[in-house]
Amino acid sequence: MPTMETHAISSELIREVAFELNRRAAIGIPKDVGDSIADMAERETQKLSKFVLLEIVNNYKVAVDEQRPMCADTGLPRFYAKIGNDAAIEGGFVALERSVRQGTADATERVPLRPNRVHPITRHDYNNNVGIHAPTVDYSWEPDVDWIELTSFHKGGLFGGDYRMLFPTDGIDGIKRFFLDVISEFFKRGLSCQPAIVGIGIGGTKDTCVRLAKEAACLRVVGDRNPDPEIGKLEEDLNDLGRRTSLGPMGFKGEGAVMDTHIEVAYTHTGGMPISIHHQCFALRRATARIHPDGRVEYRENPLWFTDYYRRDSVA
Amino acid sequence: MSGTADLEMKEHHLTTPATAEDLAKLELGDVVYFDGLVFTGRIGLYKKLFDEKAPPPVDIASLTNVTFHCSPAVGKNEAGEWEVAAVTATASFRFEKHLPLLLDGHGVRCVIGKGGMAQQFYEDHFKRLGAVFLNTVGYGIGAQYGRGITGVRDVYWLDELGIAQAMWVFEVKDFGPFLVECDARGNSLYQMALAETNVELGKLYEGLPLPTLKRMGEVHNPEDEVF
Repeated sequence: MPTMETHAISSELIREVAFELNRRAAIGIPKDVGDSIADMAERETQKLSKFVLLEIVNNYKVAVDEQRPMCADTGLPRFYAKIGNDAAIEGGFVALERSVRQGTADATERVPLRPNRVHPITRHDYNNNVGIHAPTVDYSWEPDVDWIELTSFHKGGLFGGDYRMLFPTDGIDGIKRFFLDVISEFFKRGLSCQPAIVGIGIGGTKDTCVRLAKEAACLRVVGDRNPDPEIGKLEEDLNDLGRRTSLGPMGFKGEGAVMDTHIEVAYTHTGGMPISIHHQCFALRRATARIHPDGRVEYRENPLWFTDYYRRDSVA
Repeated sequence: MSGTADLEMKEHHLTTPATAEDLAKLELGDVVYFDGLVFTGRIGLYKKLFDEKAPPPVDIASLTNVTFHCSPAVGKNEAGEWEVAAVTATASFRFEKHLPLLLDGHGVRCVIGKGGMAQQFYEDHFKRLGAVFLNTVGYGIGAQYGRGITGVRDVYWLDELGIAQAMWVFEVKDFGPFLVECDARGNSLYQMALAETNVELGKLYEGLPLPTLKRMGEVHNPEDEVF
């Protein structure tokens, strides 16, 4: 019988993967987003909006051809870690967190990434995107597997996010109005850097719906529908509403600039319906790797974060 | 001109410092590229220059009259020289307090940024100087802009302000595309665009009631902006 140690995932390997994920995320656009923007550019009839969309498509190509970051604003690099219930990590979770922080510092210097993370009051910058609670690491678990998955995401940090406490009486109309309000706030003048993926978290607590909205915006691919048919229908209705706003890329008149709407829900207080929305810009920087105990690493574009287990509603 | 659909979108290649004649020719929605020198500045630099009143590290007006609200993704190559991989604009409306000081005191006549400024700000500060505001395209096409930066002439206050906030002086060639947002006469492309999109947006709000719980400072009128 091999011991647990021989099956532990190497922390040095995690550091290398964390670097590589940051590099991949920064340069190459995932196919789902690249295709979505190219389709929008093809369909757009307004001159200014079409010009902007075509330049975005061109930028994706320049980034890959010349191995440059597609956007210089690194945003806030962060990690999502899905941990198999049977996985073991050499040095434990503290080693994993150290490796992820080291991989981020390595990438800042060598990709390079812009050092964006500063102390909120003193504005001190270590010039490596590492600091207090930075990079953020969020965890989820998966039963009956022995791998870990890491997703690197460079999420813009200034515009395109909001929260509201709605009540059951506000209903679906309340959700639609909030959807339009956030577009009104942030699509004008292109502050959201749209075309955007709109992530919506409904229910839970304030912090849970904000977290779910961000995960919905960042960790589901364009075209993916929530498996609950009623929520899936609402996603499509909101996509349609987004198209009808006529707010295109940069806020110019156009055929709309919502690439897709993704909704996630959590059971909530019987009296309330808290909601949060995040806009994820077209410079979508995301990469995922599955690391096996034998050292194999499989890179892919789809994070597959929302598993059946993650969305479970039963006691088990 | 009835709307943004009637714009011609001509292309201009300007050498820095841009002359008053160059700038007077630019029309809303035109596309601009630069050759020459461009310097970066954002809140770190402005606080230093205008709040702390530190003497400028270099005579800005003798370098160039084009500034860019941005910071670079930059690293050093094997020879120890700075190489800019990509550069992306940051939202300009946050610099309302300091921007007039840069225009009046340091000869800046082209501001490259994100989102533009309020119409009144253009009337008060850009129009009388014949200055223009240029938007980066899409706001996230940093690789294209990185390609236009051929070298770093100098970087000032790097240790104190860090890479993101330091004052970088870039040597540029075919640096663009940028879109004319405010022309030398104080007209704004975004004012035209907002007039068009607000019509459609207003229609979609019909029949949707206000939320039960209001918040201070929340936007309820779809024609309002957050700044």
